[in-house]
Amino acid sequence: MGIRYEDLNDMHMDVLREIGNIGAGNAATSLSVMLGQPIDIALPKVQLLDFNSVTDAMGGPETLTYGVLLSLTGEIDGMVMFLLNKDFAHLMLNALMGEAFASFDEMDEMALSAIREVGNILSAAYVKSISELTGLDIHMSVPEVSIDMAGALLSMPLIKFGAVGDRVLFIEENFQSVSESVASNMILFAEPTSLSLMLSKLGIS
Amino acid sequence: MASITVGISDLKLANPPDTLITYALGSCVGICLLDPITRVGGLSHIMLPSSAAVTGDLNVMKFADTAIPDLIKKMERKGASRTRLKAKIAGGAQMFGAGQTGGTASNDMWQIGQRNVQAVTAILQKIGIPIIAKDVLSNYGRTVLFDPATGIMTVKSLNKNVKEL
Repeated sequence: MGIRYEDLNDMHMDVLREIGNIGAGNAATSLSVMLGQPIDIALPKVQLLDFNSVTDAMGGPETLTYGVLLSLTGEIDGMVMFLLNKDFAHLMLNALMGEAFASFDEMDEMALSAIREVGNILSAAYVKSISELTGLDIHMSVPEVSIDMAGALLSMPLIKFGAVGDRVLFIEENFQSVSESVASNMILFAEPTSLSLMLSKLGIS
Repeated sequence: MASITVGISDLKLANPPDTLITYALGSCVGICLLDPITRVGGLSHIMLPSSAAVTGDLNVMKFADTAIPDLIKKMERKGASRTRLKAKIAGGAQMFGAGQTGGTASNDMWQIGQRNVQAVTAILQKIGIPIIAKDVLSNYGRTVLFDPATGIMTVKSLNKNVKEL
């Protein structure tokens, strides 16, 4: 037995929002350290969306998107995917690598590593909040990075978890640095038994 | 003329001058079928190779083994003949873990695109429909347009030339 995203009620969503809030706080702290400048994150928007709404949120299925994908194992079976738009990726790269980063074509191995590291840090911030709030032991895999159409990037986790349900937990964050405001989007995929375990550890079932 | 959009786990039919399009295939596979005499065309966007392990409600359009027979049946109802059908296929990429980023790609789940392509190829072969063109595997996303008037499958990817197959 397990809980599908489709079965979640308002109380469940409030709890998941709280995880999102704490995760965002952790993420802002980690990013500030990494980038060497203060970063604030507005309260993230946590929603259940179907596939088409997710690609719409990225600007359409064919929009050039930076995707970072990690598997969650241990007591949870799931995946985290970060979808970063060009603005976000460029802000991070420019801050990290200290040079103007012009286009997709210039994406080299070092830039990909930097994107992977940003994804890793943001994911770790969220996974830590889930782990701390639930007491569950969760392991993260090494992140995989890919730059392509938003819809194509999403196909992999959707295939793995698509048989489970067609909605995903979508967390939209707005990061505010001294000079710029950029958005990133995180999607949490979880098997129904994992979702149900997480919620029961949080005191609701 | 209308451009008919085929969603993910979806299939649609079209007659000229209408055309079919499906956006951003990653590991999924798009299957274009055409009866060149009646010009009945069809496009199916599958996510998974087999419905065998699924219990309960089943979206037949999601799986290669159920979507392809369903598409053929619907095309026959519109006047297509199974014996005349020809196929063109695209997609089945490995979007993550293809080695270009140095991650750990040990899990065979990463290769779902390849398994989708194998399943689609085997099913079409079993039914006796020849695959006359394909643009599959590799590590990038594809948008597929299919024009039943010409039988041309157009494949668009980011930062790549448009292919007409």
